[in-house]
Amino acid sequence: MRIICPLCGDRDRREFHYYGDAVYADRPGEGAAPEDWDAYLHLRDNPAGETRDLWYHELGCSAWIEVTRNTVTHAVLSTRLVAARGGDGPSGGDISGKMKPAAKRRGKTA
Amino acid sequence: MRYSGLRVISEGLFGNKGWTPAWRDPEPKADYDYVIIGGGGHGLSTAYYLAKNHGITNVAVLEKGYLGGGNVGRNTTIVRANYFLPGNQEFYSHSLKLWEGLEAELNYNVMHSQRGLINLFHSDGQRDAFARRGNAMINEGDDAELLDREGVRRYLPYLDFDNARFPVHGGLLHRRGGTARHDAVAWGYARGADTRGVDLIQNCEVTGIDIEDGRVRGVQTTRGAIRAKKIGIVVAGRSGQVAAMAGLRLPIESHVLQAFVTEGLKPVIDHVVSFGMGHFYISQSDKGGLVFGGDLDFYSSYAARGNLPMVEHVMEAGMTLMPMIGKAKVLRSWGGIMDMTPDGSPIIDATDVGGLYIDCGWNYGGFKAVPASGWCMAHLMATGEPHAVARRFRLDRFLTGHLIDEEGTGSQHNLH
Repeated sequence: MRIICPLCGDRDRREFHYYGDAVYADRPGEGAAPEDWDAYLHLRDNPAGETRDLWYHELGCSAWIEVTRNTVTHAVLSTRLVAARGGDGPSGGDISGKMKPAAKRRGKTA
Repeated sequence: MRYSGLRVISEGLFGNKGWTPAWRDPEPKADYDYVIIGGGGHGLSTAYYLAKNHGITNVAVLEKGYLGGGNVGRNTTIVRANYFLPGNQEFYSHSLKLWEGLEAELNYNVMHSQRGLINLFHSDGQRDAFARRGNAMINEGDDAELLDREGVRRYLPYLDFDNARFPVHGGLLHRRGGTARHDAVAWGYARGADTRGVDLIQNCEVTGIDIEDGRVRGVQTTRGAIRAKKIGIVVAGRSGQVAAMAGLRLPIESHVLQAFVTEGLKPVIDHVVSFGMGHFYISQSDKGGLVFGGDLDFYSSYAARGNLPMVEHVMEAGMTLMPMIGKAKVLRSWGGIMDMTPDGSPIIDATDVGGLYIDCGWNYGGFKAVPASGWCMAHLMATGEPHAVARRFRLDRFLTGHLIDEEGTGSQHNLH
């Protein structure tokens, strides 16, 4: 797999550190509910197909990059700097999303 | 048909004409009490224990491909109970006990081989951590022995003991650990479930889950609609997609894990050897192939194949630990789809949808869990209550903070 760094061009995957789903760029604000933190840290759409995730160009220019790629084919479709992403990320900064979390709080763990 | 040595001899004498298929290939009925989505190891063992332990036999297992065609047919077959944290400890201890009786239970040769597992350590700090882990295993009633350097040399003389970066200081020996024949486990459970009346429906992909008034009513499949009172999702790497059919979002990311096997060699590696510092582990199959693997490729993937950097890393780690394997030729490699949770531990729980249960999050260690996972999932579905040894495998533990972080690295997807 090769990833196109917006600053350095087409580079080997080994130069990059994978951070995870692009939702990590949409950190909940101060005072957010525990459910929002759970959605941000843990719950995932986990698509088989197109996804967006964050990669750090560790052995290159140190840029954070949002990569749009296909999880079934490993094709890298497009990339852009996280800095250029603004508030129009995958969920527009709102991670409440369309789907509900799988579990609500159900009392204490036994 | 019951299998026995006498049967093998008599069939051999009369041209092997008396063998019958190990299970039926039934048409799906319109209605079942229980539907299990997923005909892999965990799904088949769930169906088996529903029938065996709870007398529930109006059950269908729906498999989109063929039985045991997923991760249970493609893994490195290691069976062990060497966990440290409450939650994992009692569960895997229970699973290992079930493994030890599995062949008699299923009347099927799963080739369970307790050849011993050795986890190597390379520093004083690691020795302390392994001593502590060994004590935890003994407290749980399982076995562990701390070996010093000479103790390891007695079992594994072929290691590079004086490696400059990772000199071998010793190892933790778990004698009851070992391997089993992966396909046979799926086939044995399938045969046992079928014999007790469970319908195993192959080439039947679930395309939708019907929910009315917050309760499951059935599933839509490529072979028509099937009604069910209770549904269990047991689909490993595909958990995200199937749960989404019920409108659920899971704490799961699917990643690719690669494994490798060499050409068949004469017996050379008698144990399961784990080299944690190099992210490498190896055993030798009964056919003679060296079966080994390493870590995840570390990005979400459904490709069922990995990339070359991890291939290179695993080969380097193997050569670092045991240079003797350098001339073995790798026959094939493969990548499995792993259902990774943020803390690295599994989930066996009810969902907020009535009658819908989920068994998932086996990360890269689901094979050894097959018996206890089915045992506990069947218990949960039949009684509505979590089994005592699986009560911590909750779906909501990430929200409530009751994590089971065996690696101690934190609860975030990029850390496991």
